[in-house]
Amino acid sequence: MTEQMTGAQALVRALEHLGVDTVFGIPGGTILPAYDPLYDSTKVRHVLVRHEQGAGHAAEGYAQATGKVGVCMATSGPGATNLVTAIADAYMDSVPIVAITGQVATPLIGTDAFQEADIAGITMPITKHNFLVTEAADIPRAIAEAFHIASTGRPGPVLVDIPKDVQQSTMTFSWPPVMQLPGYRPVTRPHSKQIREAARLIVESKRPVLYVGGGVHKAKASPELLRLAELTGIPVVTTLMARGTFPDSHRQHLGMPGMHGSVSAVGALQRSDLLIALGTRFDDRVTGELSSFAPNAKVIHADIDPAEISKNRHADVPIVGDCREVITDLIAAIEHEHADGRKGDYDEWWTLLDGYRTTYPLGYEEFADGSLAPQYVMERISAIVGPDAIYTAGVGQHQMWAAQFIGYENPGTFINSGGAGTMGFSVPAAMGAKMGRPDAVVWAIDGDGCFQMTNQELATCAIEGVPIKVAVINNGNLGMVRQWQTLFYNKRYSNTDLQTVRRIPDFVKLAEAYGCVGLRCERPEDVDATIRKAMEINDVPVVIDFVVHQDAMVWPMVAAGTSNDDIKYARDMAPKWEIED
Amino acid sequence: MSKHTLSVLVENKPGVLARVASLFSRRGFNIDSLAVGPTEHDDISRMTIVVSVEELPLEQVTKQLNKLVNVLKIVELDTAQSVQRELMLIKVRTDADSRSHVLELVNLFRARCVDVAPDAVTIEVTGTLDKLEAFVRVLEPYGIKELVQSGMVAVGRGARSITDRSLRALDRTA
Repeated sequence: MTEQMTGAQALVRALEHLGVDTVFGIPGGTILPAYDPLYDSTKVRHVLVRHEQGAGHAAEGYAQATGKVGVCMATSGPGATNLVTAIADAYMDSVPIVAITGQVATPLIGTDAFQEADIAGITMPITKHNFLVTEAADIPRAIAEAFHIASTGRPGPVLVDIPKDVQQSTMTFSWPPVMQLPGYRPVTRPHSKQIREAARLIVESKRPVLYVGGGVHKAKASPELLRLAELTGIPVVTTLMARGTFPDSHRQHLGMPGMHGSVSAVGALQRSDLLIALGTRFDDRVTGELSSFAPNAKVIHADIDPAEISKNRHADVPIVGDCREVITDLIAAIEHEHADGRKGDYDEWWTLLDGYRTTYPLGYEEFADGSLAPQYVMERISAIVGPDAIYTAGVGQHQMWAAQFIGYENPGTFINSGGAGTMGFSVPAAMGAKMGRPDAVVWAIDGDGCFQMTNQELATCAIEGVPIKVAVINNGNLGMVRQWQTLFYNKRYSNTDLQTVRRIPDFVKLAEAYGCVGLRCERPEDVDATIRKAMEINDVPVVIDFVVHQDAMVWPMVAAGTSNDDIKYARDMAPKWEIED
Repeated sequence: MSKHTLSVLVENKPGVLARVASLFSRRGFNIDSLAVGPTEHDDISRMTIVVSVEELPLEQVTKQLNKLVNVLKIVELDTAQSVQRELMLIKVRTDADSRSHVLELVNLFRARCVDVAPDAVTIEVTGTLDKLEAFVRVLEPYGIKELVQSGMVAVGRGARSITDRSLRALDRTA
């Protein structure tokens, strides 16, 4: 069935056919033709945000909370460039989003026209792919291809740039379009020979670790991971992007590895003889100094992106494939080994790891003056709100405390800016997550620095009826930067003091100005009551200003560029590996 | 570091050269030479890229190139198993006395004289990089006024073609 319509109508029709229910964006000159038919759509809800970066992060939050493709829309020039940070963030964390941008009319391209920016050129290195559509007839195919590329293989952002005249010209619409992607063939089926080799190494190893990354949740493989872990009895570490993929409460879970990982997780990797790396990319924040990372370990590396395998660390057994298929096949291969009487014995390994776990549990400093420890706030939010909620975080100390002290039991319940480390991610991502999962309780954990970068989206939340909770961990500083200044720059606090303790701005009044409820909590004894009060308010967003001690630090810590072996679990306190060895 | 010759089949679409070139610079690889042009199939262009890298970074760059949606196929061509050619145009200072000497060199190198002026000749020469460098050395004493060189193009020896399978992939989607 075909129908005559404009390119703009075809765009909206294509989004409807693809099942898009929510688009975050801001209109402007060159995207105006698309906003006209969007106004009539009964299937696509457009959410008018206050800044395009908010639209991008909201699309990311939506995508990660629902598993669907998030969509954001902006006009040409500054509208499009304001999306760039969010697109880069989605690229680093493999989040499937499609960004649709208006472009100046084709005769004007290249003339430095008003609000012209070469957004396809700008986003080339930070998108999985992008399109500049030059014919209205190509719009449905470009949109279908964009969604296909964004959501398959290793997910990622795709940008579709559509000049104004292309949106305005008429075309013949038919659905579905025929995709033309001869060069795009993601491999999802793992090679059986590699699987057998991996199973052999696993049953022969003495000190294996399941090193689990964000790819496992993206493959929806949490149940399979649990089966693999329980079948083998191998300890599990979950990276920042994988928090919740394996239940924190599970006996085999050692916590998060990396720069601010638990001593037991970091120690397990360092002393391992076999890393079973699943959907993870040996990021420098996990490995520390690469040359001394897990020095005695062989590596089984499974990832859907072949370019990640042996990029940073050589893989002895490379497996290209979707993590769910990989883990399913691994389980079968290991059961086969077990049936033949070959089973790994990890009792000694567990004795060592349990020693680390009991000797060096996560902990924190409480302050004699009765001021709030941020870690305590996290513990109480975790206890009261529980593991069925979705938590978001930006980047910095608040993010690390949220990763460490909130207990995650369910996959996809911790949404944060991992690879890019984008300040201001939390509030708009929470908005997107809440719109994608309206029945879920969504808490944005934020810092006072991050919060001031994107809190304008509270207006969007209040007006669109998106009752998120925002916990601002307010230490009056760019806390993580200040922590580095404390440790590595002689306490010379150059430009990290935000002075929010002077109530500039007053976050409670700011929340009220945005039509939200503002609460403040400054003492440990008030924490529970404040959280409970926030939980009772479900018609408008709530912002809590948790005023915490400015000297609270994130521990454990592996200083940047140093070996994981040199982890400190508190200032100047190094774990004693050799005694346990 | 060793030189590697990559033949890259790409979709003939706008912006593909920019994608490939920017990928090399973003990942920190230097391109020694790059030549791009049409193939026997209208929808496919072929790039010949010469890079100086070690084995491991080469594997990484090949994998990254493969991730580009418009890239259809990448083949590394072994020097011994392929024919490799570059083209050079050289404008050499000549006068009545030196012209015959220069033309003698042109014959020795199986080059061709493509333009003659009273005080200069322009010579076209093709061959491997070694041959072209040798030719430039013998001409230098006469005075080289201008020199322009193409990137290397290369094709594997024997009957096999690297485009066949990519063509079938294109046909399936068409």
